[in-house]
Amino acid sequence: MKEIIRLENISRDFVMGEETVHALRNVSFTIHEGEFVTIMGTSGSGKSTLLNTLGCLDTPTGGEYYLDGVSVRTMGKNDRATLRNQKIGFVFQSYNLLAKTTAVENVELPLMYNSAYSASARKQKATKALIEVGLGDRLNHKSNQMSGGQMQRVAIARALVNDPAMILADEATGNLDTRTSYEILVLFQRLHAEGRTIIFVTHNPEIANYCSRNILLRDGRVVSDTMNNNIKSAAEVLAALPKNDD
Amino acid sequence: MNLTNLIRIALKALSNNKMRGFLTMLGIIIGVASVITMLAIGEGSKGSIQSSISEMGSNLIMIQPGGDDERRGPGGVSRSAASMETLKMADYESLLNESKYLAAVTPSVNSSGQLIYGANNTSSTVYGVSPDYLTINSRAVDDGMMFSEQEISSAAKVCIIGTTVAEKLFTNGEDPVGKVVRFNKIPFQIIGVLKSKGYNSMGMDQDDLVLAPFTTIQKRVLAITHLQGMNASAIDESYTQQAIAEITEILRRNHKLKASDSDDFEIMSMDEILSTMDSVMSMLTLLLGSVAGISLIVGGIGIMNIMYVSVTERTKEIGLRMSIGAKGRDILAQFLIEAIMISITGGIIGVIIGAILAYLAGMLVGFSATIQPWTVGLAFSVCTFTGVFFGWYPAKKAAQLDPIEAIRYE
Ligand SMILES: Nc1ncnc2c1ncn2[C@@H]1O[C@H](COP(=O)(O)OP(=O)(O)O)[C@@H](O)[C@H]1O
Ligand SMILES: [Mg+2]
Repeated sequence: MKEIIRLENISRDFVMGEETVHALRNVSFTIHEGEFVTIMGTSGSGKSTLLNTLGCLDTPTGGEYYLDGVSVRTMGKNDRATLRNQKIGFVFQSYNLLAKTTAVENVELPLMYNSAYSASARKQKATKALIEVGLGDRLNHKSNQMSGGQMQRVAIARALVNDPAMILADEATGNLDTRTSYEILVLFQRLHAEGRTIIFVTHNPEIANYCSRNILLRDGRVVSDTMNNNIKSAAEVLAALPKNDD
Repeated sequence: MNLTNLIRIALKALSNNKMRGFLTMLGIIIGVASVITMLAIGEGSKGSIQSSISEMGSNLIMIQPGGDDERRGPGGVSRSAASMETLKMADYESLLNESKYLAAVTPSVNSSGQLIYGANNTSSTVYGVSPDYLTINSRAVDDGMMFSEQEISSAAKVCIIGTTVAEKLFTNGEDPVGKVVRFNKIPFQIIGVLKSKGYNSMGMDQDDLVLAPFTTIQKRVLAITHLQGMNASAIDESYTQQAIAEITEILRRNHKLKASDSDDFEIMSMDEILSTMDSVMSMLTLLLGSVAGISLIVGGIGIMNIMYVSVTERTKEIGLRMSIGAKGRDILAQFLIEAIMISITGGIIGVIIGAILAYLAGMLVGFSATIQPWTVGLAFSVCTFTGVFFGWYPAKKAAQLDPIEAIRYE
């Protein structure tokens, strides 16, 4: 399988006055195409900092990061923006949809920043992504007319729309109830099955069961990195859960 | 990101907050509307003053006593009585007999006061002139006749009245010619009525006047021997400069002025008055325009204020956009275009409202307010500039946000 991410001794220090916070210390690992990785750890262990680094939002203070074989550390701001636009799909805990904006318009957004897409191509791709996440019947619903689970699906569609090399999710189920969380997990598992690379940050250890690999952070260090050969099916768990009342 | 997309995003953001967008626009609307109205009124009144001056006869030359500033008393305000009495009968006669470039010349001695006929009275101005007055001012006697040279030399108590004076004094429709009116207790016999000329473009009634032999006004009304002024017209407009030179030469000789002495009289041609008037009006227009321009700046500050609020409010959105690939310059352009759209839309509405206001003001005052294309062009460039200038700092602030912090912002 193709190597998508290679981290070599990545460190990230935040200097705050006299103190220096070592959010990441000598983190090294590689992630290959088609992996579904969870990054776990307690609050403050450096998960978000790692994800921001992987997502080219943050630059490490030391070490090398190769995304699709390209060194990110030496890149300028604009090049990193282009990289985010074309190689990365973000899913956030709080969805971050644009207010008063329809699902299609929200999903189109990454393509707006890519001049290769015409208006009709944008619409077509956005519609396709929404159908893929199961919102084919909600194309023109506005963000404030949707439930949390639906909003997160729109956000996932937005992350998929540019055919990224990887999807980065930070606590993507953190705001959702158990049942909806499993629905989203089912969706991620399906995307994984379709061959997509997913990196899922969570502090919920249970989620590791549904992924192919689990990286555990503590105080900015990788303390364990294990493959999961016995991936549980989120769909089965979902079927066993009591149905919502609505 | 291309422009169409940026405009689409800006439109979307504006339509999400219509009321706020409109209120922000209001500053620009008021600013642009007042600039357009003020400039149109300025231009309009300039035009009407110009046309009323040229109605007076474009080859009119006015000769007045008193010289330039040196002749004024200390403080430069009051002129000595003597310097106001430099024009004499002899000067008039010299001009009449010697000039080659003057077609007509008349002395001018005026007096305002009550005219009484029976129980009726009206206040008007009596102009003491010679018959040349009619040529110089393009007037004609409709009914009766102009006074003669003979009546001038005898200082006859005769007069010609304008139609407005006639209407005020002769309310029963009797024929004014032959009647006697009193002015300053002196009886004047009416020998003619001037052909009506109506109002000039400044709204002045050109028929509210009385003409009498200048000798009569000098001796019997004002008891003076000098002339208050003289009016003349050149044989042709193109000879105005020669005529002025000639008058100057004759008057200087008559007044026995040495080469080092400055003129003790002033000659103004319509041309000069027009250009003086023009520059005064331009100054006024500029003044009105800049006062209005200040309100445009205030409107611009309104945009800046709202854009700052908007950037702060949408910090999370900016973070999101950056995380999905927006570059700093995309964010900058987005907010800049939003600011420009507010100011240009405001500008368009402002121009329309300004045009309506200028039209209404013109109707009210009685002249046509002229909206010149350049004022509209100016308004638009100022609006675009305002949008860019006042939108720049908030947009720059947005573009420089750190994406990680922006997206965490609550
Ligand atoms: N911008 C920052 N400035 C200073 N310290 C930071 C910043 N971001 C994160 N940190 C610190 O880095 C450590 C890791 O934080 P984070 O990656 O957010 O942890 P997690 O997501 O696992 O809760 C924490 O101690 C946090 O306080
Ligand atoms: Mg975190």
